[in-house]
Amino acid sequence: MSSPLTRFKAAVADATSNEARRDFIYKALGGYYVSRDKNKNNFRDWQKARECAAQTKYESLNNLAEELEIFSKKIEGRGGHVFFASTPSEAREYILKVARDNGVKKIIKSKCMTSEEIHLNDALEAAGTEVVESDLGEFIQQLRKEPPFHFVFPCMHVKRDEINTLFQENIHSRDTNNPAELTMIAREYLRQKYIDADMGITGANFIVARDGMISVTENEGNSRLSAAMPKIHLVLVGIEKVVPRLEDLALFLPMLATAGAGQPLTGYNTQYAGPRTAENPDGPEQFHVVLLDNNRTQLLADAEHRDALHCMRCGACLNVCPVFKNIGGLSYGTTYQGPIGSLITPHLRGTKNWQHLSYSSSLCGACTQACPVKIDIHDHLLENRRNAATLAPSILWKMIFFGFNFIFAHPKLYALTFKIAKKINPLTKLAGKVPGTLLYGWTGTRKLPEPPKSSFRERFAEHKKQDLSVR
Amino acid sequence: MACVKILERLGHKVVFPERQTCCGQPPHNTGYWKEARKSALRALDIFEDAEVIVGPSGSCIAMMKDGYGDLFKGTEHETRAKALAAKTFEFTQFLVNKLGVTDLGAAFPHKVTFHDGCHGLRMLKAKHESRALLAKVKGLELVEMSEAESCCGFGGTFSVKFPKISTAMVEKKVASILETGAEYVTSLDASCLMNIGGYAAREGLPFKTIHIAEILASQEA
Amino acid sequence: MNNPSKEKVLARIREALRLRAPSPAQIHGRHANAPVAEYTRDFRDAMPPAGSNDAERRAIFEANLDALKGQFVACKTAADARAKLEALCAERGWAKLATHRAPLCEAVVPAEKSPIITDDGYDKNALAAVDAGITECECLVAQTGSVMFSTRACGGRALSVLPPVHIVLAKRSQLVGDLSDAYALIRAKYGENLPDCLGFITGPSRTGDIERILVLGAHGPKELFVFFIEE
Repeated sequence: MSSPLTRFKAAVADATSNEARRDFIYKALGGYYVSRDKNKNNFRDWQKARECAAQTKYESLNNLAEELEIFSKKIEGRGGHVFFASTPSEAREYILKVARDNGVKKIIKSKCMTSEEIHLNDALEAAGTEVVESDLGEFIQQLRKEPPFHFVFPCMHVKRDEINTLFQENIHSRDTNNPAELTMIAREYLRQKYIDADMGITGANFIVARDGMISVTENEGNSRLSAAMPKIHLVLVGIEKVVPRLEDLALFLPMLATAGAGQPLTGYNTQYAGPRTAENPDGPEQFHVVLLDNNRTQLLADAEHRDALHCMRCGACLNVCPVFKNIGGLSYGTTYQGPIGSLITPHLRGTKNWQHLSYSSSLCGACTQACPVKIDIHDHLLENRRNAATLAPSILWKMIFFGFNFIFAHPKLYALTFKIAKKINPLTKLAGKVPGTLLYGWTGTRKLPEPPKSSFRERFAEHKKQDLSVR
Repeated sequence: MACVKILERLGHKVVFPERQTCCGQPPHNTGYWKEARKSALRALDIFEDAEVIVGPSGSCIAMMKDGYGDLFKGTEHETRAKALAAKTFEFTQFLVNKLGVTDLGAAFPHKVTFHDGCHGLRMLKAKHESRALLAKVKGLELVEMSEAESCCGFGGTFSVKFPKISTAMVEKKVASILETGAEYVTSLDASCLMNIGGYAAREGLPFKTIHIAEILASQEA
Repeated sequence: MNNPSKEKVLARIREALRLRAPSPAQIHGRHANAPVAEYTRDFRDAMPPAGSNDAERRAIFEANLDALKGQFVACKTAADARAKLEALCAERGWAKLATHRAPLCEAVVPAEKSPIITDDGYDKNALAAVDAGITECECLVAQTGSVMFSTRACGGRALSVLPPVHIVLAKRSQLVGDLSDAYALIRAKYGENLPDCLGFITGPSRTGDIERILVLGAHGPKELFVFFIEE
């Protein structure tokens, strides 16, 4: 199997050559910027809200073990189950066991990126269970047999005509490329799935620790239906998603909606505390929460980058990232795409194989500016590079920077270099035309500027001389 | 030289320490912080005695104002790095915020669009200064492009490590410049302009690049 | 089921946290020459406006609900609400309704339509097939144009999301300013004994998954009515 870097480069070559698709992504995000700005401006103080959000997440993480213990106790006190999973396989095994023990044949699933992380659908299907994704975007991606393109807008790269064909082929729908009609087709198809399912699986955007609740943010109502109709509701969530109290959601829910989708609040924001009760006999008989570590504790141990765990997966950093917009989400080969994915993946899956993601950024900082919880994303990408260079320095770059420092430490030599560079300019130009050289990467699509007739140093010296002679 | 002329015209004595070379941003940006510290230390020494340091490059200045803090964190040079950061200014910010000057008596009768380089915009928070200065240039028509704040795709070694991504980004940038119909694109950063200009030259596109200092020093009738 | 990883995960967390991270204020103020003030967690006055009196709150709620493509129906009394609901049923040709046992529902939903009462148990397919579900709510939130629901106040989990139309009955006194007010109300009402499910409904069900174009009625209700009863 090829390395992640090889696959990344191939995917990038493919994605960047598809100009129409790139334009499509740019266009699709156009409306988002307008509504995001409108809703941001409706905050009385967006910057202060960001600071409050960062501080709340910071304090929650500092107290993470205690918060999770309180959470477990509360959920168990209401008759729910909490399972801590160190690894993806532990999480999968637990979920498979719950399904087996209850004779589950059909599962309705609502958007859950954590489940992508552990390849849950494959495991459930291999065990003979039907799993249907209910979020419209995830449903489309499931039919396309493709992972989500964007962790909030899973099928933003797919055109309506493609969805028309996909639906006709897979669910035998009539011919239409009208988005409203396509949505209604999916609605009708999925309705019965909620009713027939034995188990609903959802993710969670927040663990409301001290109230023993999880909170789910969505627009479509599919998550609410997944948690209302089947006899089992199972939640899979990363351990880091903690906020202390329900009251904190009054801050986070509008911020998540505004940054992530350009909405004042998304359609449904629902908090679940357990299974049905005597007071309320409606709803599931069983409630399970699977808390996944999967190397999050490793990132937690890195105090410098711990704030990366503040992320609430709003996707704002993807939406503003020029790299994401041009290479698309599938190129990354990771569960979490875009700047935040490039930041956390080396921590979660190893620097050795994933450091290239930290380098595939111009460090423009648009992500950091967009992040509602103030994660220092682009600085952390730079620190990831530092970590990678310290761990396994590249001989080539070492040599380049040795030469660089040597020349720059000797201003006379530097001045001489300028003269030489000017002399050998035709040679440089020639070298720039040779594919495969380091320089060609840049000159392959760009022209090197002509060197000036004289250097700044020479001109400045000349200028000072004239200055003196005038006096 | 445009920068020097303007500052001298405003009555400042400009010194160019011959020994200065590079701020160390390229190795820093690539992750080779040890190597970057060598260059940066030279800068700390050389500029130690200067009253004010002014540079016509958002990128280099951001490195000195922002990057050095992280580079020297926890080292014996931390205090010196902070002191240097405090007296270092990007050229337009120096003019507008420190000197309180916007009208330099320049004339440049052309249609111009402005590229907000990432380091200037997001690290130095420079945006209104350039607009205030350009507004006072006689004959200049500023047309903002839709993607003014988007990265041009240069990113130093990024552009040689991932040329395809970098090129895709500059394509988008250039498309946005073309939409404005401007004759010139200007910026605080020569490196962005080299990247944009390099692409435009190769594609034979009908606009030119010019550093903002050159516009501000221009007396074209 | 025994959970051997629980203690392992918690131990790893405790170990990881032995080294304290700089606070967000320290991170973002790290290049400042002066000491940085820690961030507050007191967010309320930073959030979108919520109105400072009844009239403002009502105006904000109405405007927000309208922007969300929800429908605000002003009713003088419960009897007026009943008349308006009957008119709506006649206009739309609605024959099958579902509701729950609660004072406002009993006063407004015509018994002759023999609606499904979810408190008595229901067939899932039958509930999916009604024309509209009618519920009370915990409160209305001006700041976001939301309806706060809970399983206890709204006839369970499904009634407010499964039928194709959701009609909310609310009294003017149930309108609160912001989301913080809404949670305070829940806290005061239920204390530690919170409902098993609660949350906010903000406009009808929606999606933008196809080319980021807004479509209403993805899975939940296609329409949301708020009957605002003044008395």
